Amino acid sequence: MSVIQPGGIDCDIHPAVPSLKALHPYLSDHWRDTIIQRGVSELESIAYPANSPLTSRPDWRPASGKPGSDLPLLRQHALDPFGTSLAVCNCLYGVQLLFSEDMAAGFARAVNDWLAHEWLDQEPRLRGSIVVPMQNPELAVEEIDRVASDHRFVQVLLLVMHDMPLGKRHYWPIYAAAERHGLPIGIHAGSAYRHPVTPLGWPTYYTEDYAAQAPAFQQALSSLICEGVFTKYPELKVVLLESGFTWLPAHLWRLTKFWRGLRMEVPWVDRSPAEIVRSNVRLTIQPCDAPPTTEAFQRLLDHMQSDEMLLFSTDYPHWQFDGDAVLPDGLSRDLVRKIMIDNPRDTYSRLLETVQ
Amino acid sequence: MNVQVTSRPTIQPSASSKLAIADGDIHPQRNSYKDLYPYMEQRWVEMAKTFGSRPRQAYQAGPAYPKGQPNASRRDAWPPEGGRPGSSLPFMQKQLLDENNIQLGILNPTGDNGASFQNREFGAGVASAMNRWVEAEWLIEPRLKGSIVVPYEDTDAAVAEIERWAGDPRFVQVLMVTRTANPPGQKQYWKIYEAAAAAGLPIGVHAFGFGGYPVSGSGWPSFYIEDMVGHAQSAQSFLTSLVIEGVFERIPAFKLVLIESGFAWLPPLAWRLDKLWRRLKEETPFLKRAPSEYIREQVWLTTQPMEEPQPREHVLDAIGWIGWDRLLFATDYPHWDYDDPAQVLPMPLPEQQRRDFFFNNAMSLYRQG
Repeated sequence: MSVIQPGGIDCDIHPAVPSLKALHPYLSDHWRDTIIQRGVSELESIAYPANSPLTSRPDWRPASGKPGSDLPLLRQHALDPFGTSLAVCNCLYGVQLLFSEDMAAGFARAVNDWLAHEWLDQEPRLRGSIVVPMQNPELAVEEIDRVASDHRFVQVLLLVMHDMPLGKRHYWPIYAAAERHGLPIGIHAGSAYRHPVTPLGWPTYYTEDYAAQAPAFQQALSSLICEGVFTKYPELKVVLLESGFTWLPAHLWRLTKFWRGLRMEVPWVDRSPAEIVRSNVRLTIQPCDAPPTTEAFQRLLDHMQSDEMLLFSTDYPHWQFDGDAVLPDGLSRDLVRKIMIDNPRDTYSRLLETVQ
Repeated sequence: MNVQVTSRPTIQPSASSKLAIADGDIHPQRNSYKDLYPYMEQRWVEMAKTFGSRPRQAYQAGPAYPKGQPNASRRDAWPPEGGRPGSSLPFMQKQLLDENNIQLGILNPTGDNGASFQNREFGAGVASAMNRWVEAEWLIEPRLKGSIVVPYEDTDAAVAEIERWAGDPRFVQVLMVTRTANPPGQKQYWKIYEAAAAAGLPIGVHAFGFGGYPVSGSGWPSFYIEDMVGHAQSAQSFLTSLVIEGVFERIPAFKLVLIESGFAWLPPLAWRLDKLWRRLKEETPFLKRAPSEYIREQVWLTTQPMEEPQPREHVLDAIGWIGWDRLLFATDYPHWDYDDPAQVLPMPLPEQQRRDFFFNNAMSLYRQG
């Protein structure tokens, strides 16, 4: 087993909004009246069915309430056992799934203020990602500009599947704002379910829905690169959250080969996709869809061709590993240090600014 | 002066001393709908003339993502006597089969072949005509074998088409494409797989198709390069659906060949599915074994377009993880991203591995020789 380095930075944990009611104090009068009058009860995405084994590790499931909704338990489960110094909160409440752009903006604001008061104010090891109404980039930018002055917010959070591929110019104002504020774009597994999660329609089983997240990340990466996002915003860092990472080398082989054959179509892509990813893209380590042998895993790490791309994560409270086996076997001490400390620090420039 | 040699010298042996090659993906091309008319019922000829194919995409003719080259073809593949690349059997015999010592070539009549027309009945008529056209005009060359075009969105018609050709040794596979209208593991398609298995035929699933849904879970991308790279993601979804719905478990004789969709993505997908299955197996209690086990026993992949990492040797790891007995060399003639058997492997391999990769795997899968 790889040995955990104390002081690690966990780049993907999920505090849960316990219920819509918990957001009441943070909603404007209009939106609070709306949800009461119209009987809006919850905004939980089908991406994580409440009782699915993946949604919460059995020993992390609280006696009552939603997994991830209790701060003392989060400390006890996710922070203390790994000697974690800082952890980035990615709240997955279903704000981006709404069809109304204005309602999404109202809820995004509430979620961010709730996170700041109920979590970041209470626990100095926590940092936040800014939830934005990605339904409307103009409103998303407004929310980024509003929240970014609080430097405990260290990134902007998007879902990997939404109305259109993430590289489209439609979304560029969000990337411009993120770059302006020195915030990476965190792209998390999940969908607004505007389209089926596979190109072949809606799959039957939840297992397939979750499996489909990895191809979705592959296509998001293709889109960001081919549309020229990293040419336009060379300083922008993109972090793939809960994406898996063992698919990355094979995807880059294919994308880079087609770029060589078809670069006349996308002449603004001025470096090879593999090179762009090594400089601008990072991936969290859980889930680790690892090969069956340590030897194969070593080969895979060679195929990654960089020790700067992986970031430590527990994906708390999702059930990706048991006990304290958060790191895959066969990582050297140096690589563990990079994954747990150096790489997150290099990715999130704001992380250390507010340490007391 | 020292000269740095950065590429292997290319040895050009005479054809008779060349390794025998099996090509898992050759595209016979018709010049126009008219070529099919002799093989179509009159009502479908009228339909073709008056309303056209109407697949689930925007344009009457030509792809929604313009290709990189006219007809997506090699510039030297235009037959000297005229017509589209891939339309001339004599030129294909000379340029592809003789030149490369191809002893077995699998014909995959993809494209405007009826399989994904909005008018399913018309599509079934065209698919049927495609098979008669291939039989009459291509299978006269004994090195070439056919894939049966089936209107897979109409299960009964597809099964009838398989049964029409089952037992004809000139047809060695049933042809589908990756972008189906519904997840291909769903029940509506099972009879097709059962019919293929009963006839001893693998299902060959070629990239492309117009299922009607966006080619990504986040909608339609902008570029042809994304469409092309995206075939690997469609193939992952195709295979995931077959595995998780239990098609391999339910039909043990079912064999799947994934064509022109890449292959290096397969090991990471299998690792992911195994891990998910262990976590979520109560959802799919009919699966008796780990996903990777079904994949290892019942799935083959063609190699073109060959993955090209830097350094190229990395691809050998991926092939090893899949299994050297599961890859089928293919050229994709006459298309632009053609793979040349003399250049496709990154380094010399042991003789047996080379023979398996280029020839034996396909000969054995397609029951030849």
